[in-house]
Amino acid sequence: MSREPVPAAEATVFRRGGDAPGRVVVALAGQPNVGKTTVFNLLTSGAQHVGNWPGKTVQREEGTCRVGALRLHVVDLPGTYSLTAASDEERIARDFILRERPPVVVLADATGMERSLYLLAEVSLLDVPVVLGLNMMDAADEQGIRIEPHVLEAALGVPVVPLVAVRGEGREELLAAIARVVADPARFHPRRPTIAREVLGTLRRLLEGHVPAPYDPEWVALKLLEGDEELLGAARSWLGPGGWDPVRRLLLAHEDAFLDVAGARYEWIERMVGAAVVRPRLGPVTITDRLDRIATHPMWGRLLLVVVLGLVFAATFTVGGPLQRWLDRSALTAVGATVDDALGWAPQWLRDLTVEGVIGGAGRVITLIPVLVVFFAGMAVLEDSGYLARAAFLLDGLMHRIGLHGKSFFPLFVGFGCNVPAVLASRVVESTRGRLLTILLTPLVPCTGRLVVVAFVGAVLFGDAAPLAALGLVAANLVVLAAVGVVFSRWVIRGEQEAFIMVLPLYHSPTLRSVARAAAMNTWAFVRRAGTLIVAASVVVWVLSNYPGPDPEHSVLATIGRAVEPLGQLMGMDWRLVVATLSGFVAKENVVATLGILYGAKASAGLDAALAAAVPPASGLAFLVVQMLFIPCVSTIVAMRQETGRWRWPLVSTGLLLVVALAGGTVTYQAARLLGVGV
Amino acid sequence: MPRRRIHGKRDSPATVSVMPLNDLTAGTIGAVHRLLGGRLFASRLAALGVSIGVEVTVLRNNRSGPLVMMARGTRIALGRGEAGKVLVEVTSDVAGAGSGG
Repeated sequence: MSREPVPAAEATVFRRGGDAPGRVVVALAGQPNVGKTTVFNLLTSGAQHVGNWPGKTVQREEGTCRVGALRLHVVDLPGTYSLTAASDEERIARDFILRERPPVVVLADATGMERSLYLLAEVSLLDVPVVLGLNMMDAADEQGIRIEPHVLEAALGVPVVPLVAVRGEGREELLAAIARVVADPARFHPRRPTIAREVLGTLRRLLEGHVPAPYDPEWVALKLLEGDEELLGAARSWLGPGGWDPVRRLLLAHEDAFLDVAGARYEWIERMVGAAVVRPRLGPVTITDRLDRIATHPMWGRLLLVVVLGLVFAATFTVGGPLQRWLDRSALTAVGATVDDALGWAPQWLRDLTVEGVIGGAGRVITLIPVLVVFFAGMAVLEDSGYLARAAFLLDGLMHRIGLHGKSFFPLFVGFGCNVPAVLASRVVESTRGRLLTILLTPLVPCTGRLVVVAFVGAVLFGDAAPLAALGLVAANLVVLAAVGVVFSRWVIRGEQEAFIMVLPLYHSPTLRSVARAAAMNTWAFVRRAGTLIVAASVVVWVLSNYPGPDPEHSVLATIGRAVEPLGQLMGMDWRLVVATLSGFVAKENVVATLGILYGAKASAGLDAALAAAVPPASGLAFLVVQMLFIPCVSTIVAMRQETGRWRWPLVSTGLLLVVALAGGTVTYQAARLLGVGV
Repeated sequence: MPRRRIHGKRDSPATVSVMPLNDLTAGTIGAVHRLLGGRLFASRLAALGVSIGVEVTVLRNNRSGPLVMMARGTRIALGRGEAGKVLVEVTSDVAGAGSGG
């Protein structure tokens, strides 16, 4: 690795503090679960901008607020435990601080201050003015932890502001502290932990004169001792082979030096905290302890997990489902009719294209929104409350067997909502290998788009037994997922399994605001990515299935379907079912729409009857199996390419699923035929 | 937060035992003695509050799957393999406390 830590092009995108008079860039840093997002919202309510960090898929949030004549531009840095370049998040946070040298608000959890101050110890090495925000003071109070902010302030040499961000307490004080630091930045650089270790000194002398701005030799020396891969690569290129060799040998001889460095940092932290914090001799049994007795219990915990996940699904389909049908039946039909009337002057083909292609396609997206909103809200509640970490804990053993670890549970579960955000959510998995495997397995999680197809076609074919059939199909998918996981982790993407290290945060009740925000943002991400694609694709499908005409039987799509029909026959599927499956490539939700077009039924009600008459149950079941396993949709493929940075992995996934789906469909149909069922 | 150095006061050498974390039952308290498993592993643990000499309490050890420990007021879940790389000097063995499995 020899890439430069801060590419110039990337750095110029960061907005400079001195752009406008009275406008100052302030960075917000903190470890995960210290309530950073709540503080960010508290400071900048209403004036926010969400984007991505340049060249990265990590979300970047910025907002503005005023203190007197001062306009603050607050940049919310990704939540990180430290500033070692172990992940994109940490790299972004430290590159930003290194480049911009902004005043940094470091947020700490008042109930776990030592750990939170570790990040402060790291930030202090970057030579920037700092404000320390102590969040969750109420939780600390409850636990009998007594904190004297003034004592801490004197020890650290920076303003310390107590906060209860969820209740909005401390906002004015925090803004005032930021203003003080902005007015006199030189005065508020935090004291640094002095780490007098011989090896550090030697290393620094070897580096001196070779380290370009904005880096500091001492900081680089520390990071080398920590095994920071990015800086190891950078240092090698700064020093050249001659200068690098002694450094390399020194590092090899002091493998354990980092433990010393970390120890020295905590000694410093303990000195800082010592006089300012009084803890009860014996920690009280907190709500978290009580809940964890059940939530992490090997038996009750798993039972609870099944109930909780079941509730999320139940809520998704009992609240979201009817809304979806209502939108489909009343709202969209009405819009279609209105538009059709308004286009009375236009030729028939344009009216059909608009109503069936464009509005039909947009409808596919819009009707999915209620289901996605409810699902993502449920996910946000689980995440914000701290329960998701317990779920990952419980499932780690199981996930281990398929080559993953507990954290992969989160993206895979998001996959039930939509595979696109699931691929993005795989970022919680730190190692490249674990992330890759998670991404490759994601398309095997049936998304709402597929579940809708199963619910619809299943109801037609199996009547009252439909929920049972759906459950069986989902279970079958998960079995295939596990099998693919085992095969891939053993033979395809080999390598060491990632360390499972995860903080179990304290439980707290999620706020309506943060849940609504997460649900809205995830849903919007889906609509934005998939929306335009689905509309475009449904127009294309509509055209392909109506031309040259005069009816769908004589269309381009029919020709394609007939050409592939021999393959379909293995699975008992006629050309219409084959074409419907292919249209799912664009978006899984398309399948029902295509069936509607091909079986010549415009309203959903008509399609029920047409399908029941034309498709024998064995073929129907095979069709559903294929739906569940078929290649990822275009949006998912694009997301996979984005996240892995290469076309190779989406292609591997597509090829794999093509084979799996063909095999699954064929086995299902042939087995049903052998047994003489439903032919 | 009380801290016990490895080479600090010991009552008698016979009562001191260094064991990997995954062999300890819930309720056991000890001081981190060594971290095997390389720089990055150690630096990730350090960022969560686990450094040499720090007092840790095992909160849950289900005998299979990961375990939960408390260090500096933070609950940390560790995979079984990772827990095996954390060597702990046991200071107080509360056998039967909490729940084991």
